[in-house]
Amino acid sequence: MENTSNKYQNIPGWGVDSDPNDNPNYPIKNYNGDDHQRLDWTRPPLQPVTVEILESVEQARMPAVFGTKLPPSGVSGMLRRYAFKYDESEYGHWLNLLLADRINVVEGILHDLSHFRIPNIFAEKGMKADWKYNRKELVTKIIVATAVTTAIVFWLKKKDGKSA
Amino acid sequence: MLAMNYRGPFRVRAQQKPMPEIEHPEDVIVKVERACICGSDLHIYHGLVPDTRVGTTFGHEFIGEVVEKGADVNKLKIGDRILVPFNISCGRCAFCKQGLYSNCHESNPEATAAGGIFGYSHTCGGFDGGQAEYARVPYAEVGPMVIPPDIHPDDAVLLTDVFPTGYQAAEMGGIKKGDTVVVFGAGPIGIMAARCAWFFGAARVIVIDRIEYRLEFARNFSHCEAYNFESLEDPVLFIKKTTGYFGADVCIDAVGCEAAGSALQWITGRVLMMQAGSATALHWAINSVKKGGIVSIVGVYGPTDNLVPIGNVVNKGITIRADQCSVKRLLPKLIHHIREGYIEPRQIISHHIPLKEVSDAYHIFSAKLDNCIKTVLIP
Ligand SMILES: NC(=O)c1ccc[n+]([C@@H]2O[C@H](COP(=O)([O-])OP(=O)(O)OC[C@H]3O[C@@H](n4cnc5c(N)ncnc54)[C@H](O)[C@@H]3O)[C@@H](O)[C@H]2O)c1
Ligand SMILES: [Zn+2]
Ligand SMILES: [Zn+2]
Repeated sequence: MENTSNKYQNIPGWGVDSDPNDNPNYPIKNYNGDDHQRLDWTRPPLQPVTVEILESVEQARMPAVFGTKLPPSGVSGMLRRYAFKYDESEYGHWLNLLLADRINVVEGILHDLSHFRIPNIFAEKGMKADWKYNRKELVTKIIVATAVTTAIVFWLKKKDGKSA
Repeated sequence: MLAMNYRGPFRVRAQQKPMPEIEHPEDVIVKVERACICGSDLHIYHGLVPDTRVGTTFGHEFIGEVVEKGADVNKLKIGDRILVPFNISCGRCAFCKQGLYSNCHESNPEATAAGGIFGYSHTCGGFDGGQAEYARVPYAEVGPMVIPPDIHPDDAVLLTDVFPTGYQAAEMGGIKKGDTVVVFGAGPIGIMAARCAWFFGAARVIVIDRIEYRLEFARNFSHCEAYNFESLEDPVLFIKKTTGYFGADVCIDAVGCEAAGSALQWITGRVLMMQAGSATALHWAINSVKKGGIVSIVGVYGPTDNLVPIGNVVNKGITIRADQCSVKRLLPKLIHHIREGYIEPRQIISHHIPLKEVSDAYHIFSAKLDNCIKTVLIP
């Protein structure tokens, strides 16, 4: 239903930023012509490069600051380096990075194990919250999973028995 | 120090990590006081953003106290409490100088299409985020501001992203007095966008989602109409009908790449990852805005491609406006709006959760449990 009363005008702050003459340019910026100077601005001091940073091939130079945590490593790192041979417009860049992310998950588990830590995947997935706020669904899931597993085991056993 | 630690899709935990260090003369280290979980974090939590490395600490919405500073930090003092916009911006490049603080060219080596963002994958610069006891903040005197003493810490933390982003969503919509504005998504961003649409003189604001408790929250907080798209036959047709078969003046996409509502989009975008997430909300926005209308996008999408009806954009003469929010540009105005009593952003915070329970906190927000709207982590 179209709202025909003007009650909305009582909403706190209604209309405070409405200015019929204000038609800002888009994207919203204070255009100053600097775009035509291209990359020629006074640069901030440059952060020293202390670890391997993968750089987009579309980048003319290393930006003045960047994150240094988690430089590429392992098999996922090799794939990331390869991905960065492609520019940002190519699937070769992004799909290889996504694949590297998945490999990295396995590396993460191996890293945990090699540091004598067995990742508690249930806790990491926040199952405790499920138990508290979503118990019915969690219990249903567990029952379904148990039933399916039992059925498969039963079926396999039966098959085994027949072939023997 | 204790920090959130990403282990893989849907898996995060709190874990000890080395303290951050000053790596650039304009850095500060902050002791984090509050850090939110954002809908954007869900995209990386779900493994949708390429180059999200295992071990990353997320968190781009945080406030904290300066405990250490680099040699070129002059105005900020040790002990200052600052709010840190989610964008890392140098203030000197052509983009920053024109107010495009989210598009800074001096903060992200890994991609030219995005500026640096705290804790948001290596595609956004590889910075660790603020869901930790301490965080490194580059360009500390450019983006961050000292929290005014009259601003509540929960409002301050929402000034780092959610309130400005909701505001910019409405601002980009170019709303004129009397306009009908449709907001897709009743998450924190959509709720804020709907609330802010009134500042620009909207006469009617409609929010679309499928989660009842969020729709109810939007009706109250945002003073809007709110509809569940699962009980509408077709949200596009509904919007056409309810606007006298004209179309909305402005449509806002506050959903992004995990939109529900279309099996085709979900399977190609989320299951097979053949597109950069599912673009159902954007599809609806384009198709339900009027001819010559404006679609404002703040929902986040991946870096590859999405299925959207671009032909209709052409035929209807639609203007699309989009960006990551330029938080710094908006801060003075939004602090003014809080002080005037136009809005109290912190009303949207539903959960304060200790950082050590970060796994549950993510799951609660992601699965929309316990009527969750917005979660704040307390280190
Ligand atoms: N541009 C920016 O600067 C910026 C800043 C912050 C967040 N974001 C993005 O904004 C989006 C929303 O963030 P949030 O924190 O509100 O997230 P959220 O996940 O809490 O909310 C998204 C909401 O959209 C709803 N939804 C799903 N499919 C829908 C559909 N087809 N139509 C309508 N609603 C639908 C969901 O039920 C949910 O309530 C995310 O994509 C986030 O990344 C952008
Ligand atoms: Zn955010
Ligand atoms: Zn810049």
